[in-house]
Amino acid sequence: MARNVSFRRKLVVTALAWAIGLLIFFPILWTIITSFKSEGDAIALPPKFLFFDWTLENYGVVQERSDYLRFAMNSVMLALGSTFFALVIAIPSAWAMAFAPGKRTKDLLMWMLSTKMMPPVGALIPVYLIFRDFGLLDTRGGIIAVLMLLNLPIIIWMLYTYFKEIPGEILEASRMDGASLGKELLYVLTPMAIPGIASTLLLNIILAWNEAFWTLALTTKDAAPLTQFIASYSSPEGLFWAKLSAASTMAIAPILVLGWFAQKQLVRGLTFGAVK
Amino acid sequence: MGTISLKNARKAFGDVVIIPGASLDIKNGEFVVFVGPSGCGKSTLLRMIAGLEDLTSGAILIDGKDMTEEAPSKRGLSMVFQSYALYPHMSVRGNISFGLKMAGMPKNEIEAKVAKAAATLNLTEYLDRKPRQLSGGQRQRVAIGRAIVRNPEGFLFDEPLSNLDAALRVNMRLEIMQMHKDLGATMVYVTHDQVEAMTMADRIVVLNRGNIEQVGSPLELYNRPDSLFVAGFIGSPKMNLISGKPAEKYDAQTIGIRPEHLGISLKDGTWPAKISLAEHLGADTYLHVDAGPCGMMTVRAAGEYDAAPDAKIFLTPEPDRIHRFDGDGKAIRK
Repeated sequence: MARNVSFRRKLVVTALAWAIGLLIFFPILWTIITSFKSEGDAIALPPKFLFFDWTLENYGVVQERSDYLRFAMNSVMLALGSTFFALVIAIPSAWAMAFAPGKRTKDLLMWMLSTKMMPPVGALIPVYLIFRDFGLLDTRGGIIAVLMLLNLPIIIWMLYTYFKEIPGEILEASRMDGASLGKELLYVLTPMAIPGIASTLLLNIILAWNEAFWTLALTTKDAAPLTQFIASYSSPEGLFWAKLSAASTMAIAPILVLGWFAQKQLVRGLTFGAVK
Repeated sequence: MGTISLKNARKAFGDVVIIPGASLDIKNGEFVVFVGPSGCGKSTLLRMIAGLEDLTSGAILIDGKDMTEEAPSKRGLSMVFQSYALYPHMSVRGNISFGLKMAGMPKNEIEAKVAKAAATLNLTEYLDRKPRQLSGGQRQRVAIGRAIVRNPEGFLFDEPLSNLDAALRVNMRLEIMQMHKDLGATMVYVTHDQVEAMTMADRIVVLNRGNIEQVGSPLELYNRPDSLFVAGFIGSPKMNLISGKPAEKYDAQTIGIRPEHLGISLKDGTWPAKISLAEHLGADTYLHVDAGPCGMMTVRAAGEYDAAPDAKIFLTPEPDRIHRFDGDGKAIRK
């Protein structure tokens, strides 16, 4: 039933929503604006909002000084690679937990989630030493493994929640129809869970893309993603706000665009099963 | 061809015993109904035959071959689920042909089989629709189509009609019986509805707490229940069960008499009673009466029976229709 909402009420609510939205978006907006300022305008007080000399020189300098594409390529490889391997492990795991649960399944899920509560810095030194001794420092393979393990608990949790919504009888029907375990996963479970898998995949790509702690600690050059690219502009030579902003804008642009186009899918995915 | 034997089949989850040990021989082409209250293990037993549940011990033989460890699809059985369990992302055609595809059948053969099954079930014009675009009855037909297209030795039905409304249920019941007549395949059918069991079965298996209480034709169970449980479960309305003084007169702990086997008189009879409620169904009238030491009883009277509230009547059981049971609930035979 549609509720009768007065025009004034609508106006107030809309304005409020825009205000909150802008407040949340403001840091990103400010970064983007700053990236078009000269270094002088960037640190000017009071801050200049729109009336300054718009310039593209920061982007030129950033591109000249460091190879954006190489960092971006690494980011893409790390995000896609870690997501792909995480799904390969998570789909069968979540299947087992959702459709063939044991006595300890709930405990296992809680334990997996609890690893996310530990401060990552607590594991930094052991992980660093392992990486050093196995020659994994600054390698894509090593970082993919870390990012995958890092997000695996969340991915398994999300998939587990989606799979729980799928009636087990449908999988049993496919077993009666002669589908092997592999075919059951491939032809029946996965197509039915596509919306859930898609939003899990998107979320994981975003998480992996934005991950800074481990990528900064474990890469230097060859496997360095865009997080390193940004960090390299907060240098000891002094802060170059405009250039840092330009680098940041370039780093977040791809994921921002992806997120924009996928927002419907993401919202659906994150609220899946909440209302039924 | 299509015989199914359970040899002391047992199912337990840890200490919780679901089926303590069931033995049963189902003949080829027989329509067997498992019936019992919810939680009696009838679905579990069916799923054990299907291969969806492992046996804790015992064996299942299909066509005389030991299939206890065999995968569900290798047993030559099809199953129709309570929820239909259609593949929501596939069309009706995809649903019906999935099993054949998994078996690696050539495409043109699949086409022909699907077309034939669809024609039998009046689904031809819906072949390209998705399950969500179908009505409940049509979904049920697709589930049956998926089962018959594989030409199995036997069919397993797990409460297939319980999601349908009453009118459709009667129709589908007739259709399944017709299908059984046409195909001549073995069918095992699980239901909690004793009317379905009585009308459809060649033989009924009554289950109680995982135990097979009695196996027999519908009329055998109706006329000669082995136990109090069967006596109370089969027949509608339920058999009147009377214990105490009135039962002792018949040398039994408990006696049972069906509502349709009680004579009504206004003058004299075995048990005096007072009418408390009357249900007029048209063809019959069911009187709920207070029969003093016998407790509340149900009596069938003629449809036109004029039942004044609180009227006094006398009930007389037909002597050879009295069922006698001992202290363990077992029937006492003469």
